[in-house]
Amino acid sequence: MAKVHEPHVAHAPQSFIRRYIFSTDHKVIGIQYYVTAMLTGVVAGILAMLVRLNLAWPAHEWPLLGKLFPVGMEFGVMKPEFYISLFTMHGTLMVFFVLSLAPVSGFGNFLIPLQIGARDMAYPFLNALSYWTVLPGVIIMLSSFFAEGGAAAAGWTSYAPLSAVQEAIPGSGMGQTLWIIGMVFFIASFTMGGLNFVTTIINLRTKGMSMRRLPLTVWALFLVAILGLLAFPALTAAAVMLLFDRHFGTSFFLPAGMYVGDKLLAHQGGTPLLWQHLFWFLGHPEVYILMLPAMGFTSDIIATFSRRPIFSYPVMVLSMVAIGGLSFVVWGHHMFLSGMSPYLGMAFTVTTLVIAIPSAVKTFNWLATLWRAKIEFTAPMLFALGIVSLFVTGGLSGIFLGSAAADIPLHDTYFVVAHFHFIMAGASLFGVFAATYYWFPKMFGRMMNSKLGKLHFWLTFVAYYSTFFPMHYLGIGGMMRRIYDPTVYQYLAPMQPVNVFITLSAFVLGAAQLLFLFNFFWSVYKGKKAEQNPWNANTLEWTAASPPPHGNWEGPLPTVHRWPYDYSVPDVSDDYIPQSVSPAEVQARKKG
Amino acid sequence: MEEKATVKSGRSGEGLFLALLIWLMVIVTTALFFKRAWWLPTLASDRGGIDGLFFAILIVTGIAFVVVQAMLGYFLWRFSDRSVARAAYWHESRPLEITWTLGTTVILSILILVGLRLWTRVFSAPPDDALPVEVTGQQFEWTSRYPGKDGAFGRTDPKLFSPDNRLGLDEQDPASKDDIVLVNQLYLPVDRPARVRLRSKDMLHSFFLPNFRVKQDTVPGMTVENWFVPTKEGDYEIACAELCGLGHYKMRGLLHVLSQEGFEKWLAEQGP
Amino acid sequence: MKNSHLALFVAALLLIAAGCAKKEPEAEKAPAAEEVAAPKIDEATAATITGKVHFEGTAPEMKKVEMPTEAVCHTKTQQEPVHTETVIVNDDKTLRNVFVYVKEGLQQKLPAPKEVVVFDQRSCWYHPHVVGIQVGQPFKILNSDVGVLHNIHAVSEKRNGFNFGMPGKEGIAVTREFRAPEVMVRIKCDVHSWMGAYVGVLDHPYHSVTGPDGTFQLKTLPPGQYVIEAWHERYGTATQNVTVGPKETKEISFTFKG
Repeated sequence: MAKVHEPHVAHAPQSFIRRYIFSTDHKVIGIQYYVTAMLTGVVAGILAMLVRLNLAWPAHEWPLLGKLFPVGMEFGVMKPEFYISLFTMHGTLMVFFVLSLAPVSGFGNFLIPLQIGARDMAYPFLNALSYWTVLPGVIIMLSSFFAEGGAAAAGWTSYAPLSAVQEAIPGSGMGQTLWIIGMVFFIASFTMGGLNFVTTIINLRTKGMSMRRLPLTVWALFLVAILGLLAFPALTAAAVMLLFDRHFGTSFFLPAGMYVGDKLLAHQGGTPLLWQHLFWFLGHPEVYILMLPAMGFTSDIIATFSRRPIFSYPVMVLSMVAIGGLSFVVWGHHMFLSGMSPYLGMAFTVTTLVIAIPSAVKTFNWLATLWRAKIEFTAPMLFALGIVSLFVTGGLSGIFLGSAAADIPLHDTYFVVAHFHFIMAGASLFGVFAATYYWFPKMFGRMMNSKLGKLHFWLTFVAYYSTFFPMHYLGIGGMMRRIYDPTVYQYLAPMQPVNVFITLSAFVLGAAQLLFLFNFFWSVYKGKKAEQNPWNANTLEWTAASPPPHGNWEGPLPTVHRWPYDYSVPDVSDDYIPQSVSPAEVQARKKG
Repeated sequence: MEEKATVKSGRSGEGLFLALLIWLMVIVTTALFFKRAWWLPTLASDRGGIDGLFFAILIVTGIAFVVVQAMLGYFLWRFSDRSVARAAYWHESRPLEITWTLGTTVILSILILVGLRLWTRVFSAPPDDALPVEVTGQQFEWTSRYPGKDGAFGRTDPKLFSPDNRLGLDEQDPASKDDIVLVNQLYLPVDRPARVRLRSKDMLHSFFLPNFRVKQDTVPGMTVENWFVPTKEGDYEIACAELCGLGHYKMRGLLHVLSQEGFEKWLAEQGP
Repeated sequence: MKNSHLALFVAALLLIAAGCAKKEPEAEKAPAAEEVAAPKIDEATAATITGKVHFEGTAPEMKKVEMPTEAVCHTKTQQEPVHTETVIVNDDKTLRNVFVYVKEGLQQKLPAPKEVVVFDQRSCWYHPHVVGIQVGQPFKILNSDVGVLHNIHAVSEKRNGFNFGMPGKEGIAVTREFRAPEVMVRIKCDVHSWMGAYVGVLDHPYHSVTGPDGTFQLKTLPPGQYVIEAWHERYGTATQNVTVGPKETKEISFTFKG
């Protein structure tokens, strides 16, 4: 199959621009994506710090920050509209431009050809195009902070009418328009990427690499690509409709009788609920677009460092398929209290709790993989184990929110913020860290510093829990999301010390990431040279050089003879058997 | 790993450390749940069932949380032994798979059933003697309206909205003459069902009564009804739980639950 | 390997470039330089139009303003009640807060006056309620409510809209300009729904707002034929054609019926 491709990848392009900027090499593109996501992540993280700063000390005067943000914090006091823009952009950037981009587009591009034994993606040019489409999206999103009225301010969900009526909030002016345009670029890019992933995985697997021998990482990325292809069109449609409502007088999301800015709007006939349905039809699968890669990475990393085969590979695949499929029929659990029919609420309660079953099964399988293991606590393994812990915590809090009746007091409170920061944000962020420490040697041919990496883990893990777990208590206490100053309410004021504690933890969490950034950039240049297979792992990328040359393998493509989880096979001298090792070679390795 | 090769003996300190961290996290978080330092606001309505459901889920998930996290920690400590020659090559067990899949399914099914029963009760038709009230959200205030003596809400028309006529009340309609309109104040009698018509003039808002376990989005162009019974006299806060603009955080009102007589007296004072 | 480093470097550069590019909009805020060869009014021939705005009928009762959501202002209104300013009829049956201005007939373009129009937010109320201003003239917004966060939202059909928050602090002031003639721009506070004011934006300085005596004055007009309009927020507009000769002072009057 892959032979079709071999001729045109024989020569690496020589010019600087073709090789490093407008490259069509999946590895370069993957790294471009990754670094873009990382730098966007730095911005998004700083936004979160500012949000937390204000939540701990609402409307406090910070003269220095006033100089840094001359508009949003004019006179040194954070304005509510700036605060709203901050969390809106934090969410948008993190969900789409960091935690989708890094694991899916970044590692997806880098890993898929290497793990399935292909020279490159099926459509290298499309691949480059998809990167050069998302980059303007990132730039447009970031530039919206400098638009009049500031960046978009309707939350990352951009609920209409706040996002549809320009007079509704300062950020609903140019900022919201730029948000929509940025999203359209992102979706276009993601669609190109998704097509490429699916085609590559179906067509370009090397000899012997049957679907049943795919590493779980590739399975996860395959499902993610399908989810993206099916779900994103709904958001595209919604975004275009929103643009029309905003600028061309249509009324998809706007009913009659709206009175904004002391004026009766001329719109009639739309409903705000339409936006919510369309948004969450994408939004919920999107959550799994973030999570599935993390599940794949964790499975592979846990297997490698447990020196154990992953427990119940077919069930692991099936549960991911089930999660992916079910993710399309649970979107209504974001809308229990939206005014949607209570009957729909009942249906979505059932589907939502059903999706918990495959999730629970995955957790048990990870635990079973650890059973009678010989665990090596490397930095990637620590982060992978962290994912299991976060996944359990976040998954369980989801059961409260998934049951419509229990959701009533908790909906749109900090309980929800806690929940998704554990399961969606936390698991996928830890997934990115685990994957980075694990595949860095393959990406850059050098090792990351393991001591710094472990320190990064300890600080991040502790700070993560102390930042996000107390949010459960705030939510139970009734603290709403997206409020600029909780002390306005008497019943919330006594909980303010918790907010201060969370903010301090968040600062530690933020500061801990500096270790990672330092380690990353330092190791790119100064890290210890990596061996071809530093972790003694089985998957195909470790049979290529570190880093792999253009075309990935110097000689012919490897042939696959087994699944990727032959760790600690009895009676064989090494405790791992790479996928490319033939049965005959195994015979030879048998212990005398 | 960088410094591997030499086979070390004994358990890895890192495994133990991570296990201890996880256990510590479990102990601290669970203790805080037991201590109830921050808890659901005092209940003042008939929706105690929601607290019951919350508690049931808390117990089930709490046990799962403690057991699974503790197991994870235990495994990390137990299987970090570097002197062990080799891990086990074992990756299938049908009975185990079936047990935990079925176990999860059964527990979740029970929770679904309990939850749905409660949900249908919350959204059932209001009792006939329920007191009708209307609450309209706007940036960034709650306007409440009582139908007055005639028991009928007057006609409203968005065309009549003005800074002076916040609900667009049609003064031509006889039913609107005795309507009582209040801003950010809501008065309800204790122990009598209240049937709240929720509307919005502009954005999405969410009518949130923390003490009453009531939360319902108000949607422009729609009228959504919710009913509940206040069971405790006192003053309670009304909050907005859906981002509605830059004053979202300030959209605070007060709900006064009065005795039956107190409420009648108050109502009589409002009349023209 | 090298290729990876370079990819990193390039991606970083691009993001930084993106960051720098954004700064531009701020630079363009230089004051509009329309004053090139500004035509002058010949003081010797300048005319004046003055007059009164009368009211007929019964004045509607203006409600007491409730400020329940802002504790500081709520307390103040309990001591000194504030009433709605929609219709204020003076004792001599003249109407206050009518914006009278030259609607048509002006031949010359005049530079914007340097004189600052001050607009204050005090005790959760706008002072003044109706005000006129020329395009490009400084509009200085104050917030005298220490500790109270206001939001100034100008609702415009033209390019005059703005919307920003303003924390209450000693000596705080923001100066803005309007960009296009528009009668009227509605100013409101999104945080306090009871706060509202109107700004009449013109491309010339001939405007006046009636006060406690119901009079208006349009001074230093070049002689000519004009359409004069009076605008009231409740009773709409009324127009008159007026011709003034050199140094002439003409008295006119408007009447609104309640």
